[in-house]
Amino acid sequence: MATAEVAVASKTLADHLPVLQVVVPLVTSPLIVVIGVRSLAWPLAFIASVIAFIISCLLLYQVIDGGFISYAIGGWAPPLGIEYRVDATNALLLFLISGISVIGLPYALTSIRFEIGAKNETLFYACYLLCFTGLLGVVITGDAFNIFVFLEISSLSTYVLVAQGAIRDKRALTAAYDYLIMGTIGATFFVIGIGMLYMSTGTLNLADIADRIADQGSNRTIRAAFAFIVVGMGLKVALVPLHLWLPNAYTFAPSAVTVFLAATSTKAAVYVLLRFMFSVYHPSFIFEVNTLYFIFIPFALLAMFAASFVAIFQSDFKRMLAYSSIAQIGYMLMGIAMLNVAGLTSTIVHMFNHGITKAVLFMGVGAFVLKVGSSFYDSIHGLGRRMPITGACIVIGGLSLIGVPGTAGFISKWMLMQAAFENGFWWIAVLVVLSSLLAVAYVWRALDVIYLKAPLDDSVTRDPPLTMLIPMIILAVACVWFGIDTTISIGAASTAAESLLNGSFGMMPTEIPAEMPAEVPAPTIESAPEPETAPAPAPTESQ
Amino acid sequence: METSTAIFLSILFPILATLGNGILRDQPNPRDGFTFVCAVLTFISVLVILSNVGSGTTAPISLFEVFPGVDIAFNVEPLGLLFAIVASGLWILTHIYGVGYMRGNDEKHHARFFACFGVAISSAMGISFSSNMFTLFLFYEILTISTYPLVAHKGTPEAIKGARTYLTILLGTSIALQLTAIVWTFTLAGTLNFKLGGILQGNVTGYMVPLLLGLYAFGIGKAALMPFHRWLPAAMVAPTPVSALLHAVAVVKAGVFTMLKVGVYIFGIEFLAETGASEWLMWLAAYTILAASVIALTKDNLKARLAYSTVSQLSYVTLGMALATQMGAIGGGMQIAMHAMGKITLFMCAGSIYVACHKTEISQMTGLGRIMPITFISFLIGALSIIGLPPLGGSWSKWLLMIASVDTGHQIMILVLMISSLLNVAYLLPLVARGFFLGSGREKPIAEAPLLCWLPPAITAFGCLVLFFFAGEIEGFLFPITAAN
Repeated sequence: MATAEVAVASKTLADHLPVLQVVVPLVTSPLIVVIGVRSLAWPLAFIASVIAFIISCLLLYQVIDGGFISYAIGGWAPPLGIEYRVDATNALLLFLISGISVIGLPYALTSIRFEIGAKNETLFYACYLLCFTGLLGVVITGDAFNIFVFLEISSLSTYVLVAQGAIRDKRALTAAYDYLIMGTIGATFFVIGIGMLYMSTGTLNLADIADRIADQGSNRTIRAAFAFIVVGMGLKVALVPLHLWLPNAYTFAPSAVTVFLAATSTKAAVYVLLRFMFSVYHPSFIFEVNTLYFIFIPFALLAMFAASFVAIFQSDFKRMLAYSSIAQIGYMLMGIAMLNVAGLTSTIVHMFNHGITKAVLFMGVGAFVLKVGSSFYDSIHGLGRRMPITGACIVIGGLSLIGVPGTAGFISKWMLMQAAFENGFWWIAVLVVLSSLLAVAYVWRALDVIYLKAPLDDSVTRDPPLTMLIPMIILAVACVWFGIDTTISIGAASTAAESLLNGSFGMMPTEIPAEMPAEVPAPTIESAPEPETAPAPAPTESQ
Repeated sequence: METSTAIFLSILFPILATLGNGILRDQPNPRDGFTFVCAVLTFISVLVILSNVGSGTTAPISLFEVFPGVDIAFNVEPLGLLFAIVASGLWILTHIYGVGYMRGNDEKHHARFFACFGVAISSAMGISFSSNMFTLFLFYEILTISTYPLVAHKGTPEAIKGARTYLTILLGTSIALQLTAIVWTFTLAGTLNFKLGGILQGNVTGYMVPLLLGLYAFGIGKAALMPFHRWLPAAMVAPTPVSALLHAVAVVKAGVFTMLKVGVYIFGIEFLAETGASEWLMWLAAYTILAASVIALTKDNLKARLAYSTVSQLSYVTLGMALATQMGAIGGGMQIAMHAMGKITLFMCAGSIYVACHKTEISQMTGLGRIMPITFISFLIGALSIIGLPPLGGSWSKWLLMIASVDTGHQIMILVLMISSLLNVAYLLPLVARGFFLGSGREKPIAEAPLLCWLPPAITAFGCLVLFFFAGEIEGFLFPITAAN
């Protein structure tokens, strides 16, 4: 039962943080268009991002040790009203998304003006904020249909943002169109899945669905809904073989857009996948549906190897990074497939670490585009030497992508290998390291080009302007920092992983079974301990 | 000074040198002078740690907890301290030599060169003071990456190709095998802290023990165990100071040092002896010793010959570990110091010859000994130490390894070591003979390389001699590592 209702009147601003997280950018976006002054567009977008970032920090601080914040939109108590619910899992994602936005916008200032021209700026930033809003909304909301709505907000604005690349290269239009078609198919699958859930449970609140699913037994509709949701989100995640939209979209979008999308959008989709798999469908369901091993592990391996292999033979730096993104998503899925705390921790922490890693790399490439107008290997010879700071940031990002110790990428790989060993899947650990050898190959090929080849001419003499350089440096430092001090990343990720595996929706992790079952069948968890038995200090789950 | 402070300083000073090279990029004298000061300060910090041994606490210093139960932490123990002394001490000499070599040879990008050197030394210090396998691995990888630009320094196609081989093998083995082994160890033992007597005892049994040892042995590519030795000859395209310090001392010794650490503190000598898990490794090490020596015989390029000689000598240390006995471990530890002193002499001499006459092939060096007598005498002394003749340091490590072979009933290893010595004679001494005795009688005037090039090898050659008389101290110093349980 929904207990501990707080009277609306007594709420302070701090209580409204969850909704402000979404509302601030949402309101700023039309504001930019209405004001219509080009010189104000960027500052407004930046201020909105900074506010969103501060809010996300406050939220993360509140939930990093477990516990959750539930916010009822308009005071309508869930499950009837829409609920926003923040726990360690999505707080880390909110932190990542808004953090990347704050760091990425100064970068966009120069890069976007160069790549799409000043006259489109107003609408661009309005659209950007919509995309930002959508991603934040997808992550923060606790309502299934609301997820779909925000997903569409972010997707539609993403199509527009990708298409902006057409000013430089017309192929951006087909890339955006491909993405539009594929994204819409994905969203349709997803909404069909939600429809089925609604049909059999009669509710849209995630926590409520979770409660009711438990009583449904092996209902075929619910199983089908699960399949629809996984496939629909799989498209958004760019799970191989549903990844075809991603390389073109990333390659032809303006650099600043690629930075933002690569660091955030697939991560938000992975989050939704996690949420549905573990919070809505209780882990016992997944343990029961052990076929998931046979679906996720092969596809994850396919992504890790095929995409990495393809990445080696690209001739465009940006496209190479895009394929590498697909490969890295394979690691995240592998973490999920491990179905243990270490595995989920690795997935969540990899979303974060890979986000900052890819952001710094795409930023570096964007700096090359600014200087020579292209990211083809043939045109960026020796630029690392001419642009030493950009080059250094790319090296750090590249090392993190490989997973060299001392960088963020290593942390997630370590957790993933640990997860594999704990399950006794030592061969998966071996395959993980082998695939990171492919990463060595594709990263080193790029570094070879930018360092060891002689520069083509003397036109490029220095690093890009500070607005582009400082974000890059911050992210490069973050790549190293989160490879050494993991208090925030692993801290939040392990809290999140424990609560997800516990099947609780942001509850205090009650009692993790001391060892998660190493092998698939787990009959002991069938009598899923529902949160009401949990001695949680937080308000109990509404039923 | 506190030991902990000194550890930090020893890691920090080389980094300072790197920064100094970045800032003073265009002022050669202040830049190289500054690096020299940093090198001396690093060495002093290590000496402070040495003087604190026994008096200070030896509790590990933890910096960050990276995962629950895994942190970046430092500690002092005899093997590491020995390695740190060798690396930091020889850095001073190599720096002097490097300045002479780079200037005498008109190499480019001095600042980048010495900056990377600083990072490499700093990571060598990190490796030597690591108190767990995770920290060691972290610095191990930094060492690999920071030396890559040094190998590719010349920027010629051969240099780039060599550097690629270097990186592929070192990074490949460490990520694919060593990392697997480390994570596996962690899941088995729940800790990665180095502990006398090992952490694996009771946690792993049967065929898993040799398998895990194999992952480590091949994963530590820097130890150049065959078949993963190819990077070392490939790295010889680097300027000679790099070959001298990094590929005779810091990098390769980091490899065999890690190997010893794994043997002594992860598996534990007694555990290895009980399970016999290292038996196969002993045979492989013996094979590497002999095979690499035979290959060295066929090489006409002096640096290539020295490289294969290094491959062979490194396996002495692996052999010492694989014998799984007290004397073996101590002999291996001693070999780290003795071989470092001898091999760095040989490399520096090779570099001096190149600076003075631009000759790289042994067949071209006829009569050079009479022109460069100091260089060639230094070379002779270094060579004799590698061969293992008294009164030079190299004889002791070989002696201890032979005792260890007898201890464990592997008398055949004595034969291996003997044959290896003979092969050493066969591939090292002909150069000296050719230099002094062959060639036309027409005398040219003595024309040594610049002072900064011939002095450091003369000093290290003298060091080989001195080490012979201090072997007892080193042995006593290393003795605690065998006091298992």
